[in-house]
Amino acid sequence: MTNSLIWQSFKKTRNENRPALLTYTVAGDNTKKKSLEILKSISNHADICELGFPHNTPIADGGQIQTSAYRAIKNGIKIKNVFSIVSQFKKTKKNKPIILMGYYNIVYQYGENKFIQKCKKTKVDGLIIVDLPHPENKLFASKCKKKGINFIQLVSPTTSNNRLKQIIKDSHDMIYYISMLSITGQKLKVSPKNIIRRYNKIKALDKSKNIVIGFGITEKTIKSLKKADGLVVGSAICKEITKSIIKRQNIVTNVTNIVRRLKNKIK
Amino acid sequence: MIKLKKNIPLIDQHNKLGFWGGKFGGSFIPETLKKPIEDLTKEFQKLRKDKKFVKKRDFYFKNYVGSPTSLVKLKNLSKHLKGAQIWAKVVSEANGGAHKIYNATVHALICKAMGKKYIVGDTGAGYAGKMLSMAAKKFDLKCKIFMGAKDIKRQKPNCDAMRKNGAEIVPVYSGSQTLVDAVSECMRYWVSNCDNTHMCVGSTVGPNIFVKICGWSTAQISRELKSQIRKEFKKIPKRIKLINCVGGGSSAYGFWSEFIDYDKKQIELIGVEADGPKKSKLHAAPLSRNSKIGILHGAASYVCQNNEGQIKETESISAGLDYPGVSPIHCFLKDTKRARYTNATDEEALNAYKIVTKFEKLNPSLEPCHAFAEAIKIAPKLSRDTIIIVNSCGDAKKDRDILKQRLEKDND
Repeated sequence: MTNSLIWQSFKKTRNENRPALLTYTVAGDNTKKKSLEILKSISNHADICELGFPHNTPIADGGQIQTSAYRAIKNGIKIKNVFSIVSQFKKTKKNKPIILMGYYNIVYQYGENKFIQKCKKTKVDGLIIVDLPHPENKLFASKCKKKGINFIQLVSPTTSNNRLKQIIKDSHDMIYYISMLSITGQKLKVSPKNIIRRYNKIKALDKSKNIVIGFGITEKTIKSLKKADGLVVGSAICKEITKSIIKRQNIVTNVTNIVRRLKNKIK
Repeated sequence: MIKLKKNIPLIDQHNKLGFWGGKFGGSFIPETLKKPIEDLTKEFQKLRKDKKFVKKRDFYFKNYVGSPTSLVKLKNLSKHLKGAQIWAKVVSEANGGAHKIYNATVHALICKAMGKKYIVGDTGAGYAGKMLSMAAKKFDLKCKIFMGAKDIKRQKPNCDAMRKNGAEIVPVYSGSQTLVDAVSECMRYWVSNCDNTHMCVGSTVGPNIFVKICGWSTAQISRELKSQIRKEFKKIPKRIKLINCVGGGSSAYGFWSEFIDYDKKQIELIGVEADGPKKSKLHAAPLSRNSKIGILHGAASYVCQNNEGQIKETESISAGLDYPGVSPIHCFLKDTKRARYTNATDEEALNAYKIVTKFEKLNPSLEPCHAFAEAIKIAPKLSRDTIIIVNSCGDAKKDRDILKQRLEKDND
């Protein structure tokens, strides 16, 4: 899928000799309208935007993202709203890749095929399904590929070498490396040097794959990981949204500022 | 049409990806947990074939858990209801006061065998947590128990016991602050600490391997029951009804496992879910109220959820049954029509408690009171040669505050 927007984004950042910046925000956090505004504004600095479709039983997310997800659900976000946020975003930002991220039950209830169709229609570029691991995801991933949607495989420090090879073989344009044994939003408990060392080992298995690192990345840690193809920041952004709400400050401005600062650190 | 196989334990009747009947169960887990779950799966496969390990399990079941628990006829209750004979398998005699000790003991033994020093678990009614803390103490493991803040308040006696056993209780404030959130938080903790920590799931729910381990452990109940029935009646009687409450479904599976191969006309299996307060719509009854299949805590099962796939809050007087999902093996038993599932309200369970304690020297907790409610409902309509056996799987000591409050209110 070398013509995909995701692939092109990595090509561009590689040419600029920097990692891609990937942001994660939750659709509908804190309202449908506001989350679209946030997305549009941060996409001026982010290379790829991950948009979470919230679930109320998220088994791999820490407090920050849980708070965002519960807030969005409480404010009435439905999966159809998530898709409409994407299509409205794409009206003005048609070249910015969007990756939807969430838990399988939401996809399952919507219907796998219908979900992929809808992604295609609204121009979603990729999908991350946190609790649909390899090899269980093989059929779904190939359905995505047929519709030109990137299914993004995850690998972690516990992934065995054999599994790594299999997963890389079945992966599309991007692979997501989980930096440490952790849920989202925890402090980095492994040194950046060690993360990069492990990362390089995976990268060596297939140099052509774009591999991003996520989990535990903040303004403090991002610079030390800039050798990666891409870096994902989620909880730090969700935290900023929560903080801005409590302080009654402008959410869009504050969140955009943090994304700009993140970007400047890896330029 | 999905079908049950004979002569194969139900826990082993799943396909390669871990699905019963092709659609229930599986392992919907984050990548980080793949390896620890594979390791655990391999270890369990090895251990259950290891004669030494099975001997060790049986030793602790006998000398620590206190197997066998007794099977008693409830003469006065039977006489009062004027119909079927009612018996109780008093599983609450087990060390700690409930069936949860079987699963906890086995998990502690597995944890030891894997060389891990830390064990974590979830709990609703507090029994799974209490038993895990007991087993952890017995086998010298450090123990953390995740429990919803609401449940901590309403099941204080069990919390006191956990602390006394040296376990740390981690209160969970997210969502409905009950079992569903405790299980999520426990899984999150395991994701972060799976390199040195073993996780015990408190019921026959969660990723495939946890369903299997728990079912393998509680199956002891029906092994005992089978030989007790043979002793009592010389052979297996023609009409038996085995009634059990169903939250996650671990005691029900344990109670039934030896009898699944029998014809349902001879041995009927009846599962009773929690319908919650009479006026509430938040039923914890995914099987009997025909919920759709969904994915919760790493497995596909019937789940209380909305159209979008968000998990619904449930409400029940019984913390142990207050759970929106249910074991995939019970979904399988439902779809193959081998077991029948129904429900009882809070009020019916309380009423059953009053009746049972009035006529018998038995003090069943609010969970098995749901099963007694069904027994009381159907017994008068049945012939005297019908044998109803209720699994009295928990002791009401933990419910003393709720019972005091609710029964006093009723007397006002």
